[in-house]
Amino acid sequence: MAIAIRCQGLYKRYDGDVCAVDGLDLEVYAGECFGLLGPNGAGKTTTIEILEGLREATAGTVEILGRRWGRHGRALREALGISLQETKLPDKLTVREVLRLFRSFYARGADVEAVLARIELTEKADTWVSKLSGGQRQRLAVACALVGDPELLFLDEPTTGLDPQSRRQLWDIIRGFKEGGGTVLLTTHYMDEAERLCDRVAIVDGGRVIALGTPAELIATLGGEHIVEFDVEAGGDEPLDPALLARVRSVSGARRENGGWRLQVREPHAALPELIAHLQAAGRRLARLTIRHASLEDVFVTLTGRRLRDG
Amino acid sequence: MGRRRAFGHLLLWRLAEFRREPEVIFWVFVFPLLLAIGLGIAFRDGAPAKLPVAVIEGAGAAEMAAALAAAPELACEIMEPGQAARALRLGKVVLLAEPSDPVTYRFDPSRPESLLARAAADAALQRAAGRRDPVAVRDEAVSEPGGRYIDFLIPGLLGMNLMGGGMWGVGYVIVEMRIRMLLKRLMATPMRRSDFLLAIVASRLIFMLAETAVLLCCGRELFDVRIQGSVAAILCVGLLGSLCFSGLGLLTASRARKIETISGLVNLVMLPMYVLSGVFFSAERFPAAVQPFIQALPLTALNDALRAVILEGATLASQWHELCIMGAWGGIAFALALRWFRWS
Ligand SMILES: Nc1ncnc2c1ncn2[C@@H]1O[C@H](COP(=O)(O)OP(=O)(O)OP(=O)(O)O)[C@@H](O)[C@H]1O
Ligand SMILES: [Mg+2]
Repeated sequence: MAIAIRCQGLYKRYDGDVCAVDGLDLEVYAGECFGLLGPNGAGKTTTIEILEGLREATAGTVEILGRRWGRHGRALREALGISLQETKLPDKLTVREVLRLFRSFYARGADVEAVLARIELTEKADTWVSKLSGGQRQRLAVACALVGDPELLFLDEPTTGLDPQSRRQLWDIIRGFKEGGGTVLLTTHYMDEAERLCDRVAIVDGGRVIALGTPAELIATLGGEHIVEFDVEAGGDEPLDPALLARVRSVSGARRENGGWRLQVREPHAALPELIAHLQAAGRRLARLTIRHASLEDVFVTLTGRRLRDG
Repeated sequence: MGRRRAFGHLLLWRLAEFRREPEVIFWVFVFPLLLAIGLGIAFRDGAPAKLPVAVIEGAGAAEMAAALAAAPELACEIMEPGQAARALRLGKVVLLAEPSDPVTYRFDPSRPESLLARAAADAALQRAAGRRDPVAVRDEAVSEPGGRYIDFLIPGLLGMNLMGGGMWGVGYVIVEMRIRMLLKRLMATPMRRSDFLLAIVASRLIFMLAETAVLLCCGRELFDVRIQGSVAAILCVGLLGSLCFSGLGLLTASRARKIETISGLVNLVMLPMYVLSGVFFSAERFPAAVQPFIQALPLTALNDALRAVILEGATLASQWHELCIMGAWGGIAFALALRWFRWS
């Protein structure tokens, strides 16, 4: 499969000795949607901006669409669509004017009206950017990335702060771009976004890739596709023993969390009767019990012992 | 083709932001006119205000007041002593005249109006008492368009405006784009940096045309400020001045990352020139020792050249010295700015 993005041994050290990216290797295939998933400060923005040629790496090599920054900078720019984490587009221009402005920078590109229709902003085409809602602005930012008809799309947290409906709208736009043969690299700290949208995901923490694969593969590494969470009522003689809980049939891992318990389970129907029997034998009464599908969040928690959103 | 299109859109963007920002319109077009109107009224020529004089109540006060009334430059009023002393202290009158023997004038000799009033009052009293002047004299008032304060002021305001336009319109605007990450976003496209800078400078030149036209036309309509020089010469001076201050604006913006930084830098550059460069009063008033410095300032050069072409109809060639000063400032500023400029 053709490789759209390749970087090896990427390091970025800011003055003040923060190692924001700490030996990061990445390969993104042409035609896939690849997600960098990680908590605040993981180094996602730093990484993506180095790949975009907007920051210098301290060390490491970057190859985009088979070319290097520097020598092929201008040609590369023509082929990339970029949306930064925090750009404020010109306030006093209308949506259509902003798109025309960005379109004018590219030798060839998409039709502005077609892009307007694609991001469903045709109605707002003559509205000033300052009068758009947050979600509309974010869609416009993505539209500015699409208007040059890129081969490769970089989106840094495209859906942060959006309501569920606006997020789904943006997902549809991104899927549409991918169906047209484009490659996408996006960052996010929403695991459901990564699961639904991305073909492959790299979980980043502390400037390194700590897990890589399709969402299904990553979840499968947990050894159980379901998560059972429960609390027991206060009191009782002795605390529950995690080692004993982990020995319950079909359970592949147990850990304490927020005062309750969290089990990774392959087959809940097999595990639950045994779990309840076990609790009864220990003289403990269930206060709460939930079962859900395992998510990338659980992968992250298992790998780091922290939750994604805690930072 | 593609190249010119990007420049065109960038220029349209700058013009749209300007047009759609009411405050900018106010500061650029309305504010200098208000200044001109305000200062024009405060320093208007024609009949000067009369000097207020108080005659202190007492025997002979009425006769004295009648004698003083013969002096056209005085306006006198009879007051009782306490009230008169207070009026003098507050500056409501500039001179107290007491009909004692000898006649007593009370005034602050450091105030020019008081000295004038004393001379006029004394002459009026002496004449009323029978003095005959041995030499016949005649006064001739000179207040021709071209030599009045407002004539001096309008080109100065134009120079000030072009300076402000370059410094804020280039410096501030660019730093704001940097803070909003807009510069970085533009750098993520294939946009040519030269197109971007040229569009900003070109927009300044277009505003320069508008500012010059508005100020000079209003000056002519409202104050009868006559334009002696050729329009082409005036525009050439304005153009060079505008380029020069655009360069300085770009230089101040080349590294700044905060609104406070750029505001401080812009004020640091502009404030000394507001005072020194002959906007509101002639730069010649400063001591000879600092004149070489003042004459080397770009706003002094711009104001001098504007005054020469607008008021005296001077040719461009005669202003080569001023034009060189502006060219040097602009050239050096652009060169340094392009070297130091941070695009992200
Ligand atoms: N310009 C900078 N100068 C110094 N340190 C920086 C700079 N930019 C980022 N950092 C540091 O580098 C680390 C990684 O930051 P980065 O912005 O890449 O994280 P991120 O994964 O994008 O986080 P978020 O989810 O909050 O956007 C952080 O610790 C941050 O403080
Ligand atoms: Mg980030």
